[in-house]
Amino acid sequence: MIQADPILQVQGLTKKFQSKLAVDSLTFSLPRGSIVGLLGGNGAGKTTTLSMLLGLLEPTSGKIQLFGNNFVRNRHSVLHRMNFCSPYVDLPQRLTVMENLRVFARLYGVRDSAKTIARLVDDFRLLELKDQPIRRLSSGQKTRVSLAKALINSPDFLLLDEPTASLSPDVSKWIRQQLADYRERTGATILFASHDMREVELLCDHVMMMCQGQLIEQGSPKELMETHHRSSLEEVFLALNEQGGVG
Amino acid sequence: MNSSTLGRISALLLRYFFLLRSSWPRVLEIAYWPTVQMIIWGFTSLHFSHSSPELTAGGILISAVLIWDSLFRSHISYTLSFLEEMWSRNLANLFVSPLRSWELILSLSIVSMIRTLIGMVPAALLAIPFFGISVFDLGLPLLGFFLNLVFTGWAISQAVTGILLRYGLGAESLTWMLPFLLAPFSCIYYPLETLPGWMQGIAQYLSTTYVFEGMRALIVRGEWLPELMWKAFLFNAVYFILGLGVFCLAFRSARRRGLLLQSGE
Repeated sequence: MIQADPILQVQGLTKKFQSKLAVDSLTFSLPRGSIVGLLGGNGAGKTTTLSMLLGLLEPTSGKIQLFGNNFVRNRHSVLHRMNFCSPYVDLPQRLTVMENLRVFARLYGVRDSAKTIARLVDDFRLLELKDQPIRRLSSGQKTRVSLAKALINSPDFLLLDEPTASLSPDVSKWIRQQLADYRERTGATILFASHDMREVELLCDHVMMMCQGQLIEQGSPKELMETHHRSSLEEVFLALNEQGGVG
Repeated sequence: MNSSTLGRISALLLRYFFLLRSSWPRVLEIAYWPTVQMIIWGFTSLHFSHSSPELTAGGILISAVLIWDSLFRSHISYTLSFLEEMWSRNLANLFVSPLRSWELILSLSIVSMIRTLIGMVPAALLAIPFFGISVFDLGLPLLGFFLNLVFTGWAISQAVTGILLRYGLGAESLTWMLPFLLAPFSCIYYPLETLPGWMQGIAQYLSTTYVFEGMRALIVRGEWLPELMWKAFLFNAVYFILGLGVFCLAFRSARRRGLLLQSGE
């Protein structure tokens, strides 16, 4: 499923907030169809990086080439091909699940939206919740709706910021499966920021570890474990932490 | 305007329709305040009609109240719709979608116009049986007065929503304050000459002053002065550009500072 041609090429991406360097000269690319985990401690720069890749934050310097377009200068040409889900962002609370999906389907210009919504409602087990306002849902249910919204336009590039944060292990596992199925079905590329090392190990083909705004280590989970002679990504992370390599 | 743009604008209109449908107090509130204002000023007008008939000739007080309220309602309707996105932490979802800033502004303006009409028309209609005063007797100029004040409201809203983006919900009180800052200078209930010289100096740069001077000339002297209307439109064009400028600068600044993802206090 993973193809050699990158959908995203990032070069020297830097973000400085006054005197604080939040992201420092990131350079990487994402192959089409890959699931890539972005790991790092608190304040490592994961959310800042995702924000720049979403166009929510203007980089101080650097280039983002997405689907062959200069994303920093012309993000509107590709925004319809991407989507995201983050715990920092909610859906309109008073609108029902169905109303939210209808609004976002229209916002993304989804053709045959009724069919798409019906499939997402089915995929994310939202049938019984569809007429409930978002504010009445549990955090696990809200995450399922947010993910359904994130897939409403069948994005080629999906950015997820800790999508399973504060969810029970069974729901997290179920969501991981949904994401893996989606990638398998569509060949989409997924960038996944998380604190959960086990989750990243299970889901991602490639991992990038960040520390103090810099990319300090990357490779497949297996490569990283072998390189650092550890049996899990968590141990790799802790070892780097002990060496002062992870923030 | 292509079909994608229309689709995105209709998505936001649908979003605000769903919001109103989900909350009857929101619907009630739209018509409530203009009607209450009209009733209070209607009785005040009735009272003064015996002691000082020149103050209330031709229903000038009620007309002034209703026309001024179109500015306040258009501004509040626009800004509240934007605030709904901030309160529900939904702005980032909008800004990562293909929605463009100008489409958001246009959608908010359409919603504002609809909400303003829902608020103002019942109040204006109720003034007829309640107090025998019909603001519709002003004829076509009423449309000019109304549109001018709605445009002023939108210009203020653009600046306020820009400030909200940049400074967060901590600046929410500006939403309520700013239109009232204009009120004393706008000569709503009194002629321009009433103001001291320095206030007149400021008032002559306000579109609202020309609207109310024009309204008074029409109601009191039966004189239609189109030049006042054009002056108001000209000033509004300038305000609109300034408001848009503030919004664009604030949006850029918010994007540089990373405020679009977490738009709270």
